[in-house]
Amino acid sequence: MATAAVTAPPQSRPRKSVAFWRDGDQITHLVTLLFAASVFLVTVLLVFELWLHSGPSRAKFGFSFLTGKTWDPVAEQFGALPFIYGTVLTSFLALLISVPLGVGAAIFLAELAPPRLSNVCTFLVELLAAVPSVILGLLAIFTLVPMMRQYIEPFLKHTLGALPLFQGPAYGVGYLTAGLILAIMTFPFIISISREALLTVPREQREAALALGATKWESTWQVVVPYDRLGIIGSIFLALARALGETMAVTMVIGNDTGIHTSLLSPGYTIAAIIANEFTEATGDVYLSALVELGLVLFALTMVLNAAAQLLIVATTGKGSKQP
Amino acid sequence: MKKRILWTVLLAAAGTMAASAETINAAGATFPAPIYQKWFENFHKAHPDIQINYQAIGSGGGIRQLIEGTVDFGASDMPMTDDQLSKVTRYKVLHFPTVLGGIVPTYNVPGAASLNFSGATLAGIYLGNIKKWNDPALKKDNPSANLPNEDITVVHRSDGSGTSFVFSDYLAKVSPEWKSKVGVNASVNWPVGLGGKGNEGVAGLVKQTPFSIGYVELIYAVQNKMEYGSLKNAAGNFVKADFNTVSDAAAGAAQDMPADFRVSINNAPGKNAYPISTFTWLLIPDKIADATKKKSIIDFLQFMLTTGQADAQGLSYAPLPKSIVAKEQKQLALIK
Repeated sequence: MATAAVTAPPQSRPRKSVAFWRDGDQITHLVTLLFAASVFLVTVLLVFELWLHSGPSRAKFGFSFLTGKTWDPVAEQFGALPFIYGTVLTSFLALLISVPLGVGAAIFLAELAPPRLSNVCTFLVELLAAVPSVILGLLAIFTLVPMMRQYIEPFLKHTLGALPLFQGPAYGVGYLTAGLILAIMTFPFIISISREALLTVPREQREAALALGATKWESTWQVVVPYDRLGIIGSIFLALARALGETMAVTMVIGNDTGIHTSLLSPGYTIAAIIANEFTEATGDVYLSALVELGLVLFALTMVLNAAAQLLIVATTGKGSKQP
Repeated sequence: MKKRILWTVLLAAAGTMAASAETINAAGATFPAPIYQKWFENFHKAHPDIQINYQAIGSGGGIRQLIEGTVDFGASDMPMTDDQLSKVTRYKVLHFPTVLGGIVPTYNVPGAASLNFSGATLAGIYLGNIKKWNDPALKKDNPSANLPNEDITVVHRSDGSGTSFVFSDYLAKVSPEWKSKVGVNASVNWPVGLGGKGNEGVAGLVKQTPFSIGYVELIYAVQNKMEYGSLKNAAGNFVKADFNTVSDAAAGAAQDMPADFRVSINNAPGKNAYPISTFTWLLIPDKIADATKKKSIIDFLQFMLTTGQADAQGLSYAPLPKSIVAKEQKQLALIK
């Protein structure tokens, strides 16, 4: 993905020869342009449809939809805030765990591990990335949730219970468990893509660093990783996108409560989860369109978070680590 | 070689298309889907020229598709509202009850075996007013049970479902506070508790969480051999749900059955009537332009009301009482 942009700079060689059609370049150009345009088209169509079908809800609630805290299908009062909160919080928790874990593992597999071990691990990681989320959700219900309830959550309450983040009864389901399952789902992506990206770093870069007297760690951390910043960040974006939109596994372990809670142990809800839960049985125009509008909110949220992350990268990029 | 395979495939496809002369599309409730599939299959065996396709997309979806006219008939665990009926302009929708189901309270209280609940107590628990297992209200329902001084963890369905509709309808009938504060719907704004997805989600949470209570469909509890509580019915008796007590609820409600069958049989009168019981309905248009299609659908309904009912118990549904079957057969004449 992101690596493709790094390794393959655009090679446009305009040829104004007579053999216009014999030269495949023009045709390729046209066909690939069409394919690329389809991405744009699908996105526009998606937003248009979401906008269209969320009409009744937008008309009724306006901007208060984004700040409303009630979700009451009986009274037809709908507010998106608990779901936005839950989506952002669980995705943040997921990345908090999966980014260090994933990037660390990728560095080990690409830089330090013996090739045979690296190959086995990579195979396993790709296997893990392909596990359907409903399977992970079921596994979470039967293993992760009881573990959280019996050991981890009581431990957190015992040690960090003074913080508002770790209070309330230990149900085993909630924001933290959802964040954990999302971390498990996203870190194979981060490992897999980051590793591929790290492997594309030219050998000379490493050798130059080593020749200057850097240790293996210094060469990895100060030369290789910055060189491949974009690939790693690309993997994190993909992980974020997956975390924001993940549905089945999350709804199985988050507790599906429409409140907003500070404690990570409390049950909550995410946008994708409530759409999946309530869409099939939603009757009434406002109700249905409120669910569609949630889809629109999720779309906007994804864009805002991605844009924020891009800005963060631009802002934190030092001049010494510019991409060649 | 490749060409020959292609031709074979094409011919086979054409063959299957020709064989199913009459295809009827239906969509709706998931709860009765297993028996509907069996009925459609058996009906197809008896009438090889009629094929009924059923999509179990949920009651709300079934109603929506019927209103939009994308299916020939719908199926729902909740009767259509007046508002929904008014949206169907080309014809009137007839409700045909098919089978019955019950909803049972299931719990995980170590040390307490079989528990009784009155309607008011159950509503109190789901409203969050009754917070402990040794609450006086629970003690009154269960004088001899050993109830611990522990917090109740309430579990409800997180997905919109007919089950939640019927359960909230029951709570609204026995508790004015529930009626005014929460109301009745396939998904409501639950005052307390954790949401589990589907019967299996609720059952899983209850099973794993000590001192929790939830509700599941009777057939789910029976098939999974789960322990469940008894409920106090309108006559004041504690009744445990089974096919007989659920059928009794329908019989109890049969006397004042409205002509259009849109009725909740929750808290029905009758000594042995189980209080959280419900019909599930097929939603049939009263005008079907296509004559063959009309005949096929009427034939199917006739089959469902007679031979089909015998399949109910084998699949853990309660069959319709005879009095209801007779009334529905009269309604068949309304399909024009």
